[in-house]
Amino acid sequence: MNWILRVPAVVSKELLIEWRERSRVSSLLFYSFALLLMVAFAMPDVRMLGDIAGGALWLGLLLASTRSLDQSFRVELENDSLEGMVLWPVDPLAVFYGKALANAFVLILVAAVITPLLGVLYHPSWHGQPWALAAVIVLGCAGIAGPGTLVASLTAQARGSSALLPVLLFPLVVPVVMASARTTILLFQGDPMGQVDNWLVLLLIFNVVHWSLDGLLFARVVEEAG
Amino acid sequence: MISLPHLASLPVTPGQLTGLLAILTIVLMNISRGRAWYHLPSWEHAFGLVGLSLLVDGQYLGLIDAPREAMMGETGRIMYVHVPSAWLTMVVFLFTCIFAVGFLLTGKRVFDLLVESTTEVGIILSILLQATGMLFAKPTWGVYWDWDPRLVSTTVMMLSFMGVLSLRAALDDAERRATWTSVGAILATTSMGVTYMSVRWWRSIHQMQSSPDTIAKPMVLILRINAFAFLFLSIWLIARRWRIADAQARMDEAPPLPPEVTV
Repeated sequence: MNWILRVPAVVSKELLIEWRERSRVSSLLFYSFALLLMVAFAMPDVRMLGDIAGGALWLGLLLASTRSLDQSFRVELENDSLEGMVLWPVDPLAVFYGKALANAFVLILVAAVITPLLGVLYHPSWHGQPWALAAVIVLGCAGIAGPGTLVASLTAQARGSSALLPVLLFPLVVPVVMASARTTILLFQGDPMGQVDNWLVLLLIFNVVHWSLDGLLFARVVEEAG
Repeated sequence: MISLPHLASLPVTPGQLTGLLAILTIVLMNISRGRAWYHLPSWEHAFGLVGLSLLVDGQYLGLIDAPREAMMGETGRIMYVHVPSAWLTMVVFLFTCIFAVGFLLTGKRVFDLLVESTTEVGIILSILLQATGMLFAKPTWGVYWDWDPRLVSTTVMMLSFMGVLSLRAALDDAERRATWTSVGAILATTSMGVTYMSVRWWRSIHQMQSSPDTIAKPMVLILRINAFAFLFLSIWLIARRWRIADAQARMDEAPPLPPEVTV
């Protein structure tokens, strides 16, 4: 279990890269913000925006995630860093969980910035608890980042990786997007049937299954990646 | 409407006739190519022959012998294609996962080729499942498509496995392609659980899973015959696809170096 002690080192390395290339995170924020505007322009009536705010938030985060996940392995291909990473005396599990946690952190950061903007732009009503919204953002972003990190490691070296990543990732994270969007909509519009808890449990189960399984599969992926 | 006799009253069933015709074709082909008349080129053709005969008889039973469905009338007969294709889609994709795990554990090429074959056959079965489902939905639900959890999750499952084939097509290195396809297939299999449980987890207009206790006895036998027909035909298709993939893999291997010529 020594690999757990190495995870913070990998997370800090990933976040250091993000910090040094701050333009990447800021471009993700602008991308999500622009997407929120585009969705508003595409609607026939702006009064409908409050109803679709939850869905628009998760659509924006999902699309932003494809860009950040693609980048997280693209940087490893420069100067053959991926090969160097494989040769590290570190368990691949530490590499996977470090990268996945860093990816989840970046997504949560984007969500933390665009959610208040969504409130200003879309005027959704509010009937939920702030802790429930925080829980759905953390679980939803982790649910995209866990399998997303594994899929990005598969597609990074394939031909047309930018197009291939969503092809593999979107069907996989449908339960996450559905559960997160429905929960957010219920928190905005009210939850008379008490469904929020069930959706959060579904998100939790998805995360437990994928964060356990994907780490094991990642070890086999990096064996061939170097 | 033309009324046809029940299968049991026929001296020779349509399935037996189809089987005899197929055997006759094989014998004539063998004779014309100078082989022994009883020569069967590959073992899987036996599955293909039995599957074809069972399918013809199973569909005859479903269309003629089976009682009218109490609620849906004649429309209900489409279930003799829809239900077996649903069962076999799940079975074939489950085997994709088993072969993928087998490859990751052993590294044997045969498992990798079987992952490819079962994924393709599974996708064909799921397209048949979706098509018959839509034809079934129009007269019973009033629409070809509804945003129902079972329909959506089945489509997502099919797209997941299509993604695996896209990944496979985008990788050149054989070792890497084999390992990463297996990883992708195992990931795609996680969507199967959601598909199977969707009718229990969410309020769905699609019916819950049936069991022999909840289906009329004459219908159970006909469903089983059609399910075995689909099973045998799937085995035949998977084996044929595996042989093509095997031949392709052998062709892709580097040819031996030519002998050195000294002048």
